[in-house]
Amino acid sequence: MDATQVIFIVSAALIVVSALMVVTSRNLVHAALWLISALFGVAILYVLLEAGFLAVVQVVVYIGAIAIMFIFAVMLTRRDMLDKGPQVNASWPVALGLCLLTFVGLGFLLSRFGDKFSHLPGALPPNLDPLLALGNALVSPQAFVLPFEVASVLLLAALVGAVYVARNHK
Amino acid sequence: MIPLSWYLYLAAALFSIGLFGVLARRNAIAIFLGIELMLNAVNVNLVAFWRYSSNPGLMDGQVFAIIVFAVAAAEVAVGLALVISVYRRRNTVIADEIDLMKW
Repeated sequence: MDATQVIFIVSAALIVVSALMVVTSRNLVHAALWLISALFGVAILYVLLEAGFLAVVQVVVYIGAIAIMFIFAVMLTRRDMLDKGPQVNASWPVALGLCLLTFVGLGFLLSRFGDKFSHLPGALPPNLDPLLALGNALVSPQAFVLPFEVASVLLLAALVGAVYVARNHK
Repeated sequence: MIPLSWYLYLAAALFSIGLFGVLARRNAIAIFLGIELMLNAVNVNLVAFWRYSSNPGLMDGQVFAIIVFAVAAAEVAVGLALVISVYRRRNTVIADEIDLMKW
């Protein structure tokens, strides 16, 4: 077992434990903080996968913006955080069964592929600058310029829509 | 070195945990936390398949992951705005109690 495998196992354990705490912890602020730890574990995986830019984006956008927005939303709806009732709805055993079924199904599907997924990554081409290639792919007309522009329109629409929906109509 | 299947099993576990959060939690914000976990599981898969493909010079997997980032940010912004708006009118964020359109 080499160093990357140890790092993978540690960060996978971090992700799974934090994700379980996200869906089970009673206090929503704690759940949001556990979400930050899970997202950080995913950022470590991106580093292991040699996608450094995505690791940085994960920390800046997910942890820096989305998780903080969750904490703000929790604080703005504070009264219900302290509610006495159960945190899960009445049909939670069905939900538990469904998600176990999903996991077992996905695991069975993966095991059916045999050793097709057991190969190790090849070395990145020596003349490849992943960041340069990613930037080129995002703005090249032969590649993804259209989805890139559509994503910017989507973000603008979401921004305007969020301001409109959350405005105090009085 | 890590075999590809490790990433796939981890992403399957993360997706299932997120699915439980979405299906079982009562608080609307907790449901959003579950959705975030599911989106991250998908992203791990996309980036892992990019890295283990025979031609990692093609950046398609990473571009897909960036699009997922953008969609997640948009979804959280609109979703939390909806939650805050509902909270202001109905004074609750419990999904069971937001039943105005239930017949």
